[in-house]
Amino acid sequence: MSAAFTRQRAMIVKEIWALLRDPKSRIVLVLPPLIQLLIFTFATTLDVKNVDIGLVDQSGGIHARELVQRIEGSPQFRDVIVLPSTAAMEEAIDEQKVMAALVIQADFDRRIARGESTTLGLVLDGRRSNAAQILAGYVSGIAAGYGAELAPAMVRRAGASEVTHWYNPSLDYMWFTLPGLVALIISIAGIAITSQAVARERELGTFDQLMVSPLRVREILIGMMVPPLLVGMMNGVLFLLVAKFAFGVPFTGSFLLFLVAMIFYQLALIGMGLLVSAMSMTQQQAFLGSFIVTVPLILLSGYAAPIDNMPDWLQIITYADPVRYFLIIVQGLFLKAMPASVVFQQLWPLAVIAVISLSAAAWLFRARME
Amino acid sequence: MTSDDRSVAHAQASAGGSSRRRLLALIVKEYAQIRRDPSTFLIAFAMPLLLLFLFGYAISLDPRETRIAVVAQDESAPAARLVQAYVHSPYFSVTPLRAVAPARALMEQDAIRGFVVIPPDFGVSMASGAPRPIQIVTDGTQPNQATFIASYAEGVRLNWIASEMDMRGIRGAAPPIDVSQRVWFNPGLQSRFFLVPGAIAIVMTMIGTLLTALVVAREWERGTMEALLATPMRMTEFIASKVLPYFLLGLASMVLCTVIAVAVFGLPFRGSIFALMAIAAAFLLPALGLGLYISAATKNQFVASQMALLLSFLPTFLLSGFIFEIGSMPWPIQAMTYAVPARYLIPALQTVFMAGDIWPIILPNILIMLGFGVGFFILCFRATRRSLDS
Repeated sequence: MSAAFTRQRAMIVKEIWALLRDPKSRIVLVLPPLIQLLIFTFATTLDVKNVDIGLVDQSGGIHARELVQRIEGSPQFRDVIVLPSTAAMEEAIDEQKVMAALVIQADFDRRIARGESTTLGLVLDGRRSNAAQILAGYVSGIAAGYGAELAPAMVRRAGASEVTHWYNPSLDYMWFTLPGLVALIISIAGIAITSQAVARERELGTFDQLMVSPLRVREILIGMMVPPLLVGMMNGVLFLLVAKFAFGVPFTGSFLLFLVAMIFYQLALIGMGLLVSAMSMTQQQAFLGSFIVTVPLILLSGYAAPIDNMPDWLQIITYADPVRYFLIIVQGLFLKAMPASVVFQQLWPLAVIAVISLSAAAWLFRARME
Repeated sequence: MTSDDRSVAHAQASAGGSSRRRLLALIVKEYAQIRRDPSTFLIAFAMPLLLLFLFGYAISLDPRETRIAVVAQDESAPAARLVQAYVHSPYFSVTPLRAVAPARALMEQDAIRGFVVIPPDFGVSMASGAPRPIQIVTDGTQPNQATFIASYAEGVRLNWIASEMDMRGIRGAAPPIDVSQRVWFNPGLQSRFFLVPGAIAIVMTMIGTLLTALVVAREWERGTMEALLATPMRMTEFIASKVLPYFLLGLASMVLCTVIAVAVFGLPFRGSIFALMAIAAAFLLPALGLGLYISAATKNQFVASQMALLLSFLPTFLLSGFIFEIGSMPWPIQAMTYAVPARYLIPALQTVFMAGDIWPIILPNILIMLGFGVGFFILCFRATRRSLDS
């Protein structure tokens, strides 16, 4: 028993040294994740701001001018560029000088003055259809607001609905990005480190030496699992601290639950990393394999785009994605003060994925050896 | 290598077509290496399929059936009609409830993304002509969806009010200023149309930077690079032999991606093949240059792979403007985007697919990418030479 323990400890110590020996790799373990965290945090905003919009005003009336002033005054728009003709508008949109153009027809003011309803033309650059759509939303809002001042009493009295955003009242985008990034960046690093470690030994031929040593397969696998687990836990806690103290994202849940969930999440990821490494012969294959696994995990997690928007058959596939579950947990623990019972609802699928992937990896390693 | 040896090498090199033969031999070697390693084909052909597939299907920014609950605290006929209006909206998948408490629990479990509360005396207040406001509560942990739910839930209510007023014969329910939008190049507003060109940019980055960084770092790590450098080949020949095969691989992959984009995902292709190839070639230069530079600077496969991810894949994904609008980023990040070659690839690609050969957009972007290419290759030369001398 104690011999097994000594062997296990030696294996773990060896693996930690293998990971930390090279100064370049040491830096790579912590620095890129931190840089990723910072760039992701600031870059991934789906707001649309500082946009130039074109204007073809064929009416020249007071109502048209008032509407344009309101658009100019709103913070989403930078400049309203007056275009003399529709031909000029075509060119401006083609060459992406403006993302959208307002076309105010000649009878715009006359119709409003007569109390008739009127139409405002908006031409959008479909090459950036998402941003253009958001922009169209802003313009519609401003037009509706101006229109409401001219509307019949019933609509005015019906007022607007009372909108409340729970957990993130001012819809601060960073409160979404940072917790999500904890899940994402750990998955990138976790799978990459695990798969590379084994592949390097294999490429250098030291894996065979391990195999002829008295170590059991189980002991080798556990030895391979511990260093990425430690690195991931360390990065996870580091990210949590950065999110909370540097960016002021509230952490309302239990830290202990966070650690427990991290362990399950990491085990699921490491299992996938080991599977990749069991299937690859060189570091290059391991790297590409981990990339091929990580990208779908991230894109299907619900972070990049809501799972609700995916086709139904693809939504079913997302149930096999560990990032999906940890994303819900980590967002819940940060913002929703998610209680343990709800965390466990997401935790058991992680446990199932971990058990399946780890045992599949162990089986593959054994099969390869014989 | 002594200066004597070098002059001998030079003399040999200048003798007849031996230089061309050497380059050919190097390219044949590189080709054999690519052919023998399945991972190269994985990255050049399987990876594009996977990425296009994911960006074509998984990342849809077109909302459909967002899960919400409607809490009707009022049993009057107008309230029931409003509930029906939500149920029939194509944008929502509705769980009808009677109380707020279960809605709160569902929200905590992530089972719904928001809910609408119709207050108790809603029907009575409707009859009196001053309807009480409904409440729209969203899950703010996902701000985009929260904004979407707030505006679409309000839209459903406004339509419903208009139809109620029609029922009572009140005129003028139509909004006084209606915005009629026309979307050029992508009238169906399919997010796929801009995501797929983005995926192609990522594929080009993977082949150009990641693959070369890995392949050449492996030669350094195994020591075969030193063996190569001890041969009489020249630096330009060496770099050309490393670049050409991957350059061709990249172009082939671009053709494959374009065919899939048009045939499977229904993207329009309104530009010319010539423009597309010019754009691809111009982008592959900086991508390959960066890959070679990373491998020469790190000489270690693990570090090279991580650096390639950090310096090529992530910037292409995040800072090229293909999902996230550059204009909305804080200025230091905006400044960084100018150093990302993919920033110039994306608008050119989107234009050639959706709009056509609009040279005032395509040409400046091509020139900037070529400029980056030259810069990276100069860095490459210097990094390789320095490591030889040391």
